[in-house]
Parts: sequence; structure tokens; C-alpha cells
Amino acid sequence: MNAMLLNAVPLASQVINLCAAIMLLLGFAMLAQRRVLTLINLFMLQGLVLFTSTLIVALSTHQNHLLWSAALTLLLKVIALPYILHRLIRRLSVKWDIETLLNIPTIMLIGIALVVVAFNVAQPISQLSGTITRATIGIALACVLLAFLMMITRSKAVPQVIAFLAMENGLFFAATSATYGMPMVVELGIALDVMVGMVILGVFFFQIRQQFDSLDIRHMETRREP
Amino acid sequence: MRQLLLIDWVLITALGWLAIGLVGIVLPRNFALISRYLFPLGAALALVLALLALAAIGAAPQVRILPLGLPDLPFHLRLDALSAFFLLLLGATAAGISIYAAGYLRPGEGTAPGLHCLLYHGLLASMAMVMLADDGYAFMVAWETMALCAYFLVASEHRYAEIRRAAYLYLLISHVGAVGILLAFGVMAGSAGDYTFDAMREFSSNGYWPSVAFLLALFGFGTKAGILPLHVWLPEAHPVAPSPVSAMMSGIILKTAIYGMLRVAFDLLHVQLGWWGVLLLVIGLASALFGVIFAAVQTDMKRLLAYSSIENIGLVFVGIGLALVFKSFQLPNLAALALTAALYHCLNHAFFKSLLFLCTGSVLHATGERNLGKLGGLIHHMPWVAWLALIGALASAGLPPLNGFVSEWLLLQGFLFTAGLPHGYLNMLLPTVAGAVALIAALAGFAMVKFFGVVFLGQPREEKLAQAHDAGRLERLGLLWLAAGCVLLGLLPNVVIALLDPVTRQLLGGGLSYTAASHGWWLLAPISEDRASYSPAIFLVSIALFIPLVYWAVRRYYHGRLTRVAAWDCGFPLQTSRMQDTAEGFGQPIRRIFSPFFKRTREHPSPFDTQPRYRSIVEDPLWYWLYLPVARLVEHGTRLIAFLQQGRIAIYLLYSFVTLLTLLVLTRG
Repeated sequence: MNAMLLNAVPLASQVINLCAAIMLLLGFAMLAQRRVLTLINLFMLQGLVLFTSTLIVALSTHQNHLLWSAALTLLLKVIALPYILHRLIRRLSVKWDIETLLNIPTIMLIGIALVVVAFNVAQPISQLSGTITRATIGIALACVLLAFLMMITRSKAVPQVIAFLAMENGLFFAATSATYGMPMVVELGIALDVMVGMVILGVFFFQIRQQFDSLDIRHMETRREP
Repeated sequence: MRQLLLIDWVLITALGWLAIGLVGIVLPRNFALISRYLFPLGAALALVLALLALAAIGAAPQVRILPLGLPDLPFHLRLDALSAFFLLLLGATAAGISIYAAGYLRPGEGTAPGLHCLLYHGLLASMAMVMLADDGYAFMVAWETMALCAYFLVASEHRYAEIRRAAYLYLLISHVGAVGILLAFGVMAGSAGDYTFDAMREFSSNGYWPSVAFLLALFGFGTKAGILPLHVWLPEAHPVAPSPVSAMMSGIILKTAIYGMLRVAFDLLHVQLGWWGVLLLVIGLASALFGVIFAAVQTDMKRLLAYSSIENIGLVFVGIGLALVFKSFQLPNLAALALTAALYHCLNHAFFKSLLFLCTGSVLHATGERNLGKLGGLIHHMPWVAWLALIGALASAGLPPLNGFVSEWLLLQGFLFTAGLPHGYLNMLLPTVAGAVALIAALAGFAMVKFFGVVFLGQPREEKLAQAHDAGRLERLGLLWLAAGCVLLGLLPNVVIALLDPVTRQLLGGGLSYTAASHGWWLLAPISEDRASYSPAIFLVSIALFIPLVYWAVRRYYHGRLTRVAAWDCGFPLQTSRMQDTAEGFGQPIRRIFSPFFKRTREHPSPFDTQPRYRSIVEDPLWYWLYLPVARLVEHGTRLIAFLQQGRIAIYLLYSFVTLLTLLVLTRG
């Protein structure tokens, strides 16, 4: 039924594919970005794209609960979290510095390999799926993996948290594109998780800096058990 | 409102215990409420439980499904003869211990009274649930709750490092054992995945699977029962707990392991193999011998009792093993005899060992000493405790007409019939086991003489012992209850055997009560009157006649001719109470004879030492031969695994990343 609906609205499908492409592009942009402030802006943009695509899926397939999801996305990922992050880096005054563990071109190359893997892996899933957005599953998975890669390769705490949030974006995108979103309960749960995680990590930032006079998590290595 | 069955009432009793515990934790500082009302109330509930169980032993099995637990996985409960018997044991013993604990509690000692109340009653309730459980899930939940409550009770005095260590050892070994039980249930449930006991009864695995299940269960329940070589926690954990808790651990918790073993071996498994019985015989015999020998050389009164518990549990295992052997040769009546002896001994041990542990608690409160070398002569200051401890000690030593004798006698009777087994080696070897059991009984008598003699008789070895006070009123009541149990269980063996009859019929299809009781209540003849019979009443009457006679004769012929003069002092200028036979001295022959059993370190002072100190430590060699190598192995393994822990977050993230990718690629293919 939904598949037929999809064919009836090719425009919506095209817009969604466009959104997916932008998501991937933003993923790479975040991977390559050296500045925290820009990173947050990119994250906000990603949220915005996510919101747009969710809204379009909701409107074109008349899945009303996706409207709620879209509203939640807008509220949380486009407004609340970027705002909190902005305040955070202002108070921590870490607007500029980012160090990566590998150099950026290498990371980009690994990222490309990951995208290939993601598409390869997602192929059987998208064949099973009957949604209008099935072509985007591979991209969503690639977004998740890219965010994960970003988390691994950053040595400062704030970019790691942004990477973590971006990963959640990718997951959400995968969920909307594969099954028209998760049940509302799960979605609310995840939203709450992200919120709480953000708060806790915010506390941790201050603790880490107080302890080591820096937000570089490499200092934590001295804290492992002997 | 549907009719409340017996099982519901039992459940309500257990819930009542829980409620008492919760009231205690809500009002943790209200000491008067907890010791004057909650603990006696718990004792009353225990009594109610005993009566309910008494009614349930003869009744048909009752089942209930409790809508608790996980979704689609309710608790199944069942009350049959076996669980009713052990509930009776629990209720009857706990009644005495609880009323004693009400008087024993002191403010400012150990954990806060409210917490103690919760843990204590939680332990009671979880033990009741262990015996009611009818599926693996409910059983494990109750079993682990029991272990945790016991752990926290043992660690009451957690400010001492050695007590924390003992409690930790208990928790560790008990958890390893729980894994064994879980695996045994898994094997018995088979591939169907239905963990109710009914499904396990129906499921008949073949090949070596029943044996695997049996061995796993033996390992799991063996850790809790403290059989060799899984016993090391027992002499550490039992003595350091507060005395009512020691009594509960020795008296009741060990019996839950026996219950589990019987449930698995006779009820859940559909076959019983002969070699299982022989294995249990060997392990039980080794534990009993080991326990009694170590009990004889201890210098700490509670450790002595703890080792004696290992001995008694060993004897119970011998009885179960014998029952398995008879059962595998299709001799249900003889199997019933052996199992009756084992169950009877469980009940007896619950009573006399709780009694003895509670007596040591009174001694501990009165003197602050556990070391036998610093006690002595307490019968003058604590007559109640001393006389009641004497009853317990005599029962533990297996002397008629008290209860310990009956079960040991029944066990030996069981061995006398092994000559009829249709198996060449067994009927030659088993009578030698009977000899060993007799040796164990004698050594147990030795250990008890040492315990009672050193603590209560002779002269006080320390000045402060003169200030020792007798037990309070509630404590006496608890001790009296248990002592009365020891006497009655000894005097009315036929009544007890009639009680045990439904249990043996359920498990073996044969019973003793018909032949045993056919000669009236006063004569016990388990198989036939010609073979052997025992009449406790005659014993009691003759003792009752003989003692006044001797007393009268002594008064008549010797009184008045006695003059007290200073004793010949062997040329020593002074004699002190420290020159009495000590615990070490009394145990020395045993230490000599059985020296290969011990790992002993001694320090002798040189003759010219002005402040000579003598030190002798007797240790368990198994700790060095078995436990430390295993511990080293585990430590080595963890060091290898610790290599993964680099302490870099990027590396940890990489682990999950690689795992994710691998899984994705694998699921694609």
C-alpha cells in the first residue's frame, strides 16, 4: 500500500533522497571539521535536514505519529541541544581547538571505505523494506558509521559528544527510512536518553577540566586500573 | 473468595516474615519494638509454619502459580511431603532461634537493628520460598536471595577485615555453586526450555545427561552444604556471624542444600544410578572424617562447632548415598531406612547444632571470648546455659536417649543390611564404611567432651570470667525450646519416623513406619524385632532410676567423710587455673594420630627466652593444595584479559566499532 503511495508522489521521494545526500555530505563535513563552533553548526544543520525529511515522510505517507517525531527532532536537535552546546563551549572557552588522532585526509579515506561497506551491508535490508525511503537506508547506516569514526578519532571531549549525538541522528534517520520510525515510546525514550546523556556529559566536562586543566581525554589514560 | 489451601497459608507466613522485616527497616532505630515485638512475632510465625508443615506432610501435594516474576514466567509453587518436612525443620528450629535472637540483640552491636531485622526475616522467608519453589526460576531467585541475606548477616561486623574476607569467601563460593545449580536445571530442562519442575520430571534424557545433571547439582548444592572439598568457607563464615545467624546457617541453611540435593536426585531425575550413591558415600565419609578431626583440634569454640557441622552434613550425605545405592538395586524398604536416617539426622542436627551455637552466643556475650583457651568453669556462673549446652553436646555426641543417637543408629542399621546387596564389591566394602561411621561418631563424642569440658567445667582461666552472667529470659526460652526438641526427638523416634514416612514414600516408594511402629510407640525396630531394636524410654527410665541411686549411694556412704585439704602440688609452689588441661592439650592426641590431615606451623620458644611464647597454627591443607592454585590460575587469566584494557577511550570505541562492523558484515552473508 505504501509502496503504491510512493510511486504516486515521486517528488516527495526525490526530496527525501536529496535530504539523505545532504545528511551524508554533512557527515563528511563534520568528520573533516577542525573547529568546535562550526561542528555544532553542522550538527544543527544535520538536525534540520533530519527534521525536513521526517516531515516529508510524515506528510506524504500520512503517518501521524511521525509528525510528533519531527516536532521532537526540531525541538531537541535543532534548538535545544545546539543551544546547550553553544553555552557549554562558551563557558568552557574551547571554541577553536580540535586535534584529531589521525590526520584528516586519512580519516576521509577511511570514511569513504565505510560508506562503501555501509551500502554493501544495507543492500539486503533495503530489498526487504517496503517503504518509500528504502534507498536511503544505506546512507543512514553510513551516517552512523561516520559519526562513530568521528568519535574514535577525536581526542577532545566536546567533539566526541557531538559525534555521539550525530550518531543518534543517523540512527533516527535509519529508523524513519526503514520502518517509518520506531514506536513512539521508544522514540521518546531515546530522546530522553539523549537529553539526560547531554546533562551528565556537561557535568563531566567540568569535572574533567577541573581535574586535568584540559578537556583532552587522553589524560584519562592515567586513570586506568593498574 | 476461593478456599485458602495449606500452601496459601505457608505463603502468607513467608510474606508475614517479609512484612516484619519491612517494618523493621522502616523503623530502624526503634530497638525496643524490634527486639521486644518483631522478633518474637517472627518466632510465632515460625511456630505457625511448623504446624502448617506438620499438617501438610501427610496431605496430597498442592500447587499454586504466583503471578510474580517476569512476564510469561510466573513463579510455580508446590507443597509436597519433602518440602513440608523441610519447612517443618525450618519452622521448628527458627522458632527457637528467633525467640533467642530477640533476647540476644544488643543496641550498637553489628549492623543497625532494623537492617538486621530485615535481613534475618528476609533470610527466613527466602528459605521458605526455596522449599516451596516448583520451577527453576523461582528456585534460583529464592536461592540467591537466601545467599545474599546470609552474606550480609555474616558481614554484620564488617568493620573487621577478616570478617569481610570470610563473608566474601562465602559469597564467592556460593555464587560459583549457584552457577552449578543453574546448569543442572538447564540440563534437566533439556531442549524444551521449560523450567518448571513438572517438565523436568517428565523429561527423560538418556545417555550420560542424567549423570551430568547429578554431578552439577552435587557441585552446586555441595558448595552450600560444605562438603569436601567445597567446605573452606564454612569454618570461616559460620563462626564470625552473630550467634543466632550462625545457628541459622548451621541448622537450616545447610539443610536447604540437602533439600535441593534430594529434590534433584530422587524427584527430578528419573533414574538413580548406583555409582552416584557410591560417590556420595565416599564424599560424605571424607567430609565427616575431615570435619570431626578438625573439630577435635580447634581452639575457637564456634569454629569447633562449624567443623562439627561439616561432619554432620557428611553423615547425612552418607545416608543419602546409601539410599541411592539401595534404590539402584531396587530395594525400596532398605533405601527408605537409609533415607529416613539421613532426614532424621537433618532434623536432629538442626536442633542440637542451633542449640550449641546459641549457647556459644550466650557465652560470647557474657565473656567476650571465643577462644577456648580463655574460658572455663562457666557452669558456676551460667548454670542454665551450661546444662542446656550439655544436652546439645550429648545429642551431638550421639548418646542415648537423645536424638543424635537415633539417627546414627538408624544409619548404622542401614549399613548392616548392605551384606544382602547383589553386588560383590559393594557388599564387601560397605561394612567397612560402617566402621568408619562408628569411628566418626566416637570422634564426635571426643570433640564434644572437649567443647563442653573446656568451656564449662574446671576452673575459670581468666579473672574476668567471674563476672559472667547467665542468659536472659528470652534467650533461655529459645534454648529450652531447642533442648526440648533434642530430648523429644530422641524419646519419640516412632512418631518422627511416621512423619518421615510420606517423604520416603514420595521419593522411594517405600516406607518404614509400618514395621517400625508395629511394636508400640516405645520400641523402635526398623526392619524386624529380631534384627535390632531400640527403646529410648527404657534408656530414660534406667537413667532416671540409676542417677538418684548413685547420688543416694554417694551421699550415704561418702558424705561426711570428705575433708577438703590442699592438694598435693607435685612439688610446684603454686597451682593456677592455667595448669588445667587446655583445648590444645586435649586435642593433642588427635593431632598426633591424624597428623597427615593437617598443615601445621609451630613456633617453640627457646629455653632461655624470658618471655616465652608458644604458637601453633593448624590449617586446612586443601586451602593450599586446591584453592590457592585455582585462585592463581584465575588471576593469571584475568591478567591476560586485562591486556584489552588499555585505558584509552579511542581504543575502547574502536572495539565496539570493529564489533559492529564485523556483525554487520556477518549478518549480511
